[in-house]
Amino acid sequence: MQEQEHSLLEMRHINKLFPGVKALSDVDFTLRKGEVHALMGENGAGKSTLIKVLTGVYQNDGGEISVDGVKINIRSPQDAQNNGISTVYQEITLCPNLTVAENMFIGREDSFLVAHKNYEKRADKILGELGIPARSTQILGSCSLAVQQMVAIARAVDMKCKVLILDEPTSSLDDKEVKVLFDLMRDLKGRGVGIIFVTHFLEQVYEICDRITVLRNGELVGEYLTEELPQVQLVAKMIGKDLDELSSFEGVEEKHFDDSDIFYEASSLSSSDALPFDFAIHKGEVNGFTGLLGSGRSESVRAIFGADKINGGTVKIKGEPVKITKPIDAMKHGIGYLAEDRKRDGIIADLSVRENIILALQVMKGFFRPISRSEAESFADEYIKVLNIKTASRETPIGSLSGGNQQKVILARWLLTHPDYLILDEPTRGIDVGTKLEIQKLVLKLAEDGVSVTFISSEIEEMLRTCSRLIVMRDRHVVGELKGADLNQTQVMKTIAGGEAANEE
Amino acid sequence: MKNKITNIFKGGFGQLTIPIVAICMLVIFNLFRDPSFFSVGITHNNDGNIVLAGNLISIINAASELAVLAMGMTLVTAACAGQDISVGAAAAIAGSAFVKVLKSGPEITGFSVILAFIIACCVAMIFGAFNGTLVSVFNIQPMIATLILFTCGRSIAYWINGGASVPVDSPIIKAIGSFIPGIPVPTPVLIVIVVAIIFKLVFHFTSLELFTQSVGINGSASRLNGINATFIRLLTFVILGVCVAVAGIIGVSRLGLINHETLLLDVEMDAILAVAIGGNNLGGGKFKISGSIIGAYVIHMLTVTLYAMKVPSTDVKAYKAIVIVILVVIGSPVIKSKFTKFMTQMKNRKQEVAMKGN
Amino acid sequence: MNEKKKVFREPLTDNQLLMTITICIFVGMYVLAILILKGGFLHVQQVFDMLNDNASLIIVACGLTIVMITAGIDISVGAVTSLVVMSCVLYLNKGGNIFVSILLALGIGLAFGAVQGFLVSYLDIQPFIVSLAGMFFARGLTTILSVNPQKVEHEGFSKLMDTKIVIPWLGYTAKNGNLVPARLELGVVVALLCVVVIFIVLKFTKLGRGFYAIGGNQTSALMLGINVKRTRFFAYVLCGLLSGISGYVFMMHTGAGNATNAAGMEMNAIAASIIGGTLLTGGVGNVAGTFFGTMTLTTIKKIVVSSGLNDPWWQSITTGGMLCFFILLQSVVLSRRSKKKE
Repeated sequence: MQEQEHSLLEMRHINKLFPGVKALSDVDFTLRKGEVHALMGENGAGKSTLIKVLTGVYQNDGGEISVDGVKINIRSPQDAQNNGISTVYQEITLCPNLTVAENMFIGREDSFLVAHKNYEKRADKILGELGIPARSTQILGSCSLAVQQMVAIARAVDMKCKVLILDEPTSSLDDKEVKVLFDLMRDLKGRGVGIIFVTHFLEQVYEICDRITVLRNGELVGEYLTEELPQVQLVAKMIGKDLDELSSFEGVEEKHFDDSDIFYEASSLSSSDALPFDFAIHKGEVNGFTGLLGSGRSESVRAIFGADKINGGTVKIKGEPVKITKPIDAMKHGIGYLAEDRKRDGIIADLSVRENIILALQVMKGFFRPISRSEAESFADEYIKVLNIKTASRETPIGSLSGGNQQKVILARWLLTHPDYLILDEPTRGIDVGTKLEIQKLVLKLAEDGVSVTFISSEIEEMLRTCSRLIVMRDRHVVGELKGADLNQTQVMKTIAGGEAANEE
Repeated sequence: MKNKITNIFKGGFGQLTIPIVAICMLVIFNLFRDPSFFSVGITHNNDGNIVLAGNLISIINAASELAVLAMGMTLVTAACAGQDISVGAAAAIAGSAFVKVLKSGPEITGFSVILAFIIACCVAMIFGAFNGTLVSVFNIQPMIATLILFTCGRSIAYWINGGASVPVDSPIIKAIGSFIPGIPVPTPVLIVIVVAIIFKLVFHFTSLELFTQSVGINGSASRLNGINATFIRLLTFVILGVCVAVAGIIGVSRLGLINHETLLLDVEMDAILAVAIGGNNLGGGKFKISGSIIGAYVIHMLTVTLYAMKVPSTDVKAYKAIVIVILVVIGSPVIKSKFTKFMTQMKNRKQEVAMKGN
Repeated sequence: MNEKKKVFREPLTDNQLLMTITICIFVGMYVLAILILKGGFLHVQQVFDMLNDNASLIIVACGLTIVMITAGIDISVGAVTSLVVMSCVLYLNKGGNIFVSILLALGIGLAFGAVQGFLVSYLDIQPFIVSLAGMFFARGLTTILSVNPQKVEHEGFSKLMDTKIVIPWLGYTAKNGNLVPARLELGVVVALLCVVVIFIVLKFTKLGRGFYAIGGNQTSALMLGINVKRTRFFAYVLCGLLSGISGYVFMMHTGAGNATNAAGMEMNAIAASIIGGTLLTGGVGNVAGTFFGTMTLTTIKKIVVSSGLNDPWWQSITTGGMLCFFILLQSVVLSRRSKKKE
């Protein structure tokens, strides 16, 4: 109880409902003066919803928020700022075409005229104090992303913020830049600013944070002191299994593959987003890329599909060297890829379910051999039935379907091309449990039919249930490959968490 | 049953609602104003052909160039989320090339007309490809990219023939521009029908429609599904080039001369307008060619109605502007969402009443 | 000395770079014209003539620059200019007051700006379509007012029209030995004033910086606490107001109203803005650049005419070529910038 006297921000019994989903249920969160508090959780755990409630982007459907012991109502981002809550988002929300000084002061000038000199002086002073390597007269777009982020922080600091939310600020920074950012955070901490730090880099949490709050499935798991929570435990809490419980889990039965069965093989494959890596998959094998978000798992599979610019490496399919530089190359070699971001890279929102299903097959058949309407309709009907897609009709625009059904349509799109190798990047994200199980079953069935599958999921349990081999990634590097007896949750988590943490046990 | 009807409204029919309502309103208005407005008669023209005549025929006839251009413009709009403002200038170039080829031979024969048509198409396709390259490869906004050709297109047309207006006098050209002997329907109308059928066939025998829509709605996802977005965008501009050539040739044939200054002047604005009235989103995505064609006829019917009401031809623009504003305001996202909100509120209230009644 | 060293010179921004290129090309072209074509280009009057002829274009281009900075477009400016000329001519010919005629010009411009601004920013309709309707409406109204050209017959206005700033020492000696003093029209003063005022508005006011902010990144601007809708609205209002001023200046230059006045002016203005370094994607631009863009455009035309290429089609082909060059230049600068970021 004593602790609460120092608390700067209190969120009590926060609820947030979205149509059909309870995004937050009865979540508490406490931030104390001068502390760095990590907010952890996997995708869909509710961290971003909680942040958005706090910054006024969403309205909470229940619960109360108080700053410095005073109850407040946050209805807009403006409200949040006026109450001393500032946010620095992963995507920079500044104007790249204006100077650093302008970005710090625009939107909160009091006079009609803009006194550039005055602002520049003030900006230089703040930048100097915080040790941010930027000049006030510089155009923001010419600064590195790290500096842009720091300018956003400087703006927040100058607005006398009490609570500073950093939403995945380090995901696009390199080590040196992260260090500078951390120095800045420590400095702010010394000034009594409370910092909420959202990240998926575990090392960084242990380096800078005093406390950790873990969310899972929209519920509070708990609040812990960083030194009292070993890294492995943290991963377990995020994923939602206790270690004892985990070790008893059995993986899929082991399959043996001959080297002659290798369907796809890449050596030192690298793209504009992925560091060089080696990889091979057998016919009928299900393997997984695991690691926390941002570990490079998606980037690696995108490189296999040729989705990003390929920088180097050799690729062999069935032992034959091939060149895959764009998606169509991969598709012609029997590779299908279900993208991680369904909205951005998957669905064509205004087109019907039918058109979305036949799209990939149509592309492969070529421009001059269109699939006839009746053929397309029978394909659509078939897959709507096989995958149990809930849609009013095959002509309904895909955008009006629920997330799970959209995902099934995209799955149908790739199944229709009868791929030899299917890459599924987070196929179960943001969809209901029933559909998740259906997709898992489907993956196993595909493997039985001789299709190679790469499966990525944030839920390790799901991966263990489907994959016979797991490639573990951390900080954009492959850090381990687990199969057979090693394929259990404890071992996976230890590998994800890293060597040091594993030793702690 | 009720659901089915609302589905129809929300689905395919929804896009055509505005153009169809617009054309119906114009028809009803005209019928009230002058019941004989739409009477179609049979007369003999100067050449002694039996031809159809009447306001309706002249509306459909006069809108031919616009209808052809609107079809091509729809594709460009869908794929590139922008419009080509150089179609008028490009049509002048195509028309000039057409006349140049015709004039270079000793006499105008059927063969030379076909040759001239092919060359005009090629010229227009090259200019279309130029615009398309700027848009798809260099990522320049379509309107700005086509501003270049808009600025200098008519001068290039002038350069091709050297003179201000070159007449072409030939029965074949006359037949293209007005009537083919023995057929009472104006030839330009037939050309529109042929072009529309070709579009239909192209959509049937290629995946152009699906790919264009995909690229326009979600470029990133299209790319990940193996569609070459750059190529599709370029292709739409080249197709528009063909439409431009056809429109230019109709225009030249109608007048029997090429005037690079006035041929299809300001048609680009009307073509974009036809696309918008046709219910197509100017921001790209799903499209309906039929909507654009109706849009073209709406514009011409409006024009002819105004003429019939003794509005001077020069003043028509002002009234047109008012109609455009009304149409776009009705179609604006803000008004639409307000309307939907209002409708759901009404529905809720009805339900409440029904609940209370129970 | 040390103090001076501390002053750090910022590297050129995109706009400054594009503008510098434009100014260099302008100066280079002009010098070339003097060296090769001699003749008129040697006289200051040549520059003055270019200004006299293009004062209204400069004003309209400034307005378009503002709108383009907010990532919008307004193609009604030429038509509004023409409407203003026609209404003012008719009003003056009815024995109207000069002061009222100026108010009339400003009022028409403001009205167009306000309506279009409302439709674009509050109803979220595409600016191209809105201003297309505006263009049709203004052109239509002009012809409704009068199809025939109308000449101003108003004593006070004629005096105003004939008032020129005469600078004898910048003049030249004609062939017959008479001294021809350099003459500058009042409209040019208005145009230069507009450039300066808009320059200050864009650079030193909250509103002006808001234009840049919403052009740079609309979502960010909203997050930074800018009223995006209102700011965008004012961009169109300012553009409309400048079209009104441009109309009056146009009338002071020609002294007559004609339905085909200022035909194609909107496209020339867009071209001038682009050549002056306004980025089509918004957020970058500068009226000083636009001014030089207009002058560059005019110089090209003058050079073409003076080179004996009298056919008018040479003018527009060279303009098109220049436009193509500058648009591609922008595309290259833009892609280079985005690459650097990665």
